[in-house]
Amino acid sequence: MKIAVCIKRVPDTEMRFTIAADGKSVDPTGLKYEMSTFDEYAVEVALRLNEQHGPGDVTVVGLGPDGVGEILRKALSMGVDRGVHLTAPEVPFDGRVVAGALAEALTGQGYDLILFGRNATDTGAGVVGAMTAGRLGLPCVTAVSHLEIANGRGTARRELEGATETVEFPLPAVLTIDEGIARGRIPSLKGIMAAKKKPIDTREASLGAPAIVVDRLAPPPDRPPGRIVGEGPDAVPELVALLRDEAKVL
Amino acid sequence: MAAIFAFAESRDGALRKVALETVTAARRAADATGGGEVHAMVLGGPGIADAAEALGRAGADVVFTVEDAALARYSPEVAAATAAAAIADGDYRAAFFPASAEGRDLAPRVAAALDRSLLADVTEFTFEGDDVVASHPAYAGKAVATLRLSGAPALLSVRPGAVTAVEAPRTPRVEARPPALAPAEARVVVTGLVARGAARLDLAEAPVVVAGGRGLRAAEHFGLVEALADAIGDAAVGATRAVTDDGWRDPADQIGQTGRVVSPDLYIAVGISGAIQHLAGMRSSRVIVAINRDKDAPIFKVADYGIVGDLFDVVPRLTEEIRKLRAG
Repeated sequence: MKIAVCIKRVPDTEMRFTIAADGKSVDPTGLKYEMSTFDEYAVEVALRLNEQHGPGDVTVVGLGPDGVGEILRKALSMGVDRGVHLTAPEVPFDGRVVAGALAEALTGQGYDLILFGRNATDTGAGVVGAMTAGRLGLPCVTAVSHLEIANGRGTARRELEGATETVEFPLPAVLTIDEGIARGRIPSLKGIMAAKKKPIDTREASLGAPAIVVDRLAPPPDRPPGRIVGEGPDAVPELVALLRDEAKVL
Repeated sequence: MAAIFAFAESRDGALRKVALETVTAARRAADATGGGEVHAMVLGGPGIADAAEALGRAGADVVFTVEDAALARYSPEVAAATAAAAIADGDYRAAFFPASAEGRDLAPRVAAALDRSLLADVTEFTFEGDDVVASHPAYAGKAVATLRLSGAPALLSVRPGAVTAVEAPRTPRVEARPPALAPAEARVVVTGLVARGAARLDLAEAPVVVAGGRGLRAAEHFGLVEALADAIGDAAVGATRAVTDDGWRDPADQIGQTGRVVSPDLYIAVGISGAIQHLAGMRSSRVIVAINRDKDAPIFKVADYGIVGDLFDVVPRLTEEIRKLRAG
């Protein structure tokens, strides 16, 4: 199958970061970046589908500044065939603008599947996949936790609050990938070497004007300082009393 | 005067709790923008129109009911087309959706159909002239983004639990609407819906969440967490990523950056160290209790109350004390 996977470069979620002087963005000084977690799952899903269903072609598409080349290269080292880098000074917060640029790059390429992560781990809106599908006029299933493809049709599972949903859809389609389906493979040394020779097509992203702008980015409000009630089981009666009388949650 | 649109989520013929939260959010928006009407829409199988009364109690002036046997299950394309048509046909200042599993699927489809931007998964919002300014937790819970969306209709999805449903009773005008896309024309079809562990409340809706981490040491020790949840009563059980990765619990139970985000009244963390990715999923809980052996564990930094000790001693005692309290 011919599959495209849209991936995002995000700050490493395990790193501490500081807010930049403008109060609206993350200070990039010393920051490490990575491929967004769910996007890595999506790359893995694409690779496994082609391993199951015979040879195919997987393209990764990334939008953003120069550093995006590094995560595209990582995907290539995992086994992806080619990359597309849509250059932009930054990724807009407005998912509609991102979806517009991705749809323009993806349209008319004959992809059987276009995959996204459920949401990026930085902005965390989870809207770009479904919006891109809307632009392309393709069927879309979001937050897929299990997937089977056969005879030009797919069956997906989605986890809802307290229930699991089964969804059927025709190909070509856009899917966003959730937890539970696959973890990204570690690139082999051979994969890393091979990735150096794989093509990355670089061109400017065509971004429209955003309707959403960031006014402010701030650390979450501090929780009021808590206290250690005590040590061991002897502290339990006091904890229960506090939960009942002070916090009023029991 | 412009009105506010609210999408009322239902499942299995009944309104979801988030439906009332969405109408409350819309009511608040209407009151903040000059007191216009709230128009709620509910889709479902035959009989779903009965939900109109509850939506009126929550503050809807008008309820659009879309009844069709094929809509007994969620139909993403039909729901999106029908909501988008209603928003496009009306004079709306804003449209509200829940940022639930269904709403996170639906809202961007509606936004795409209308070619509008979407303020997704917001926890607070205010109207400032032509703009809506909203808070959205981002960067794995390490930052809160204040976002400004200009123009009307403004589309927003609201994080479950961020708005508490309150009554604003009125007798709504009820208007039956046909689906804007024939259900038979839908390409994406939900063919099955299976409840998971029906005996227990869902993580997103339970007022109390008891969650377990690696400190439990083995899958079978989750019985301690289950027993505590049982003693409390209206509690759901969650887990850390380490635990779901090890297969001790279903992946759907995972709380954190790559799992579910919860904000219950009470969160009890059992044997959880408090990695940043876990905190992203629970730090907005109203009251947090941590039980951990390591007094330096980061979970104590966000906990309101902590007990340092061996969970295998502390948790059974807590279960027993809560049982006594419930019995007394």
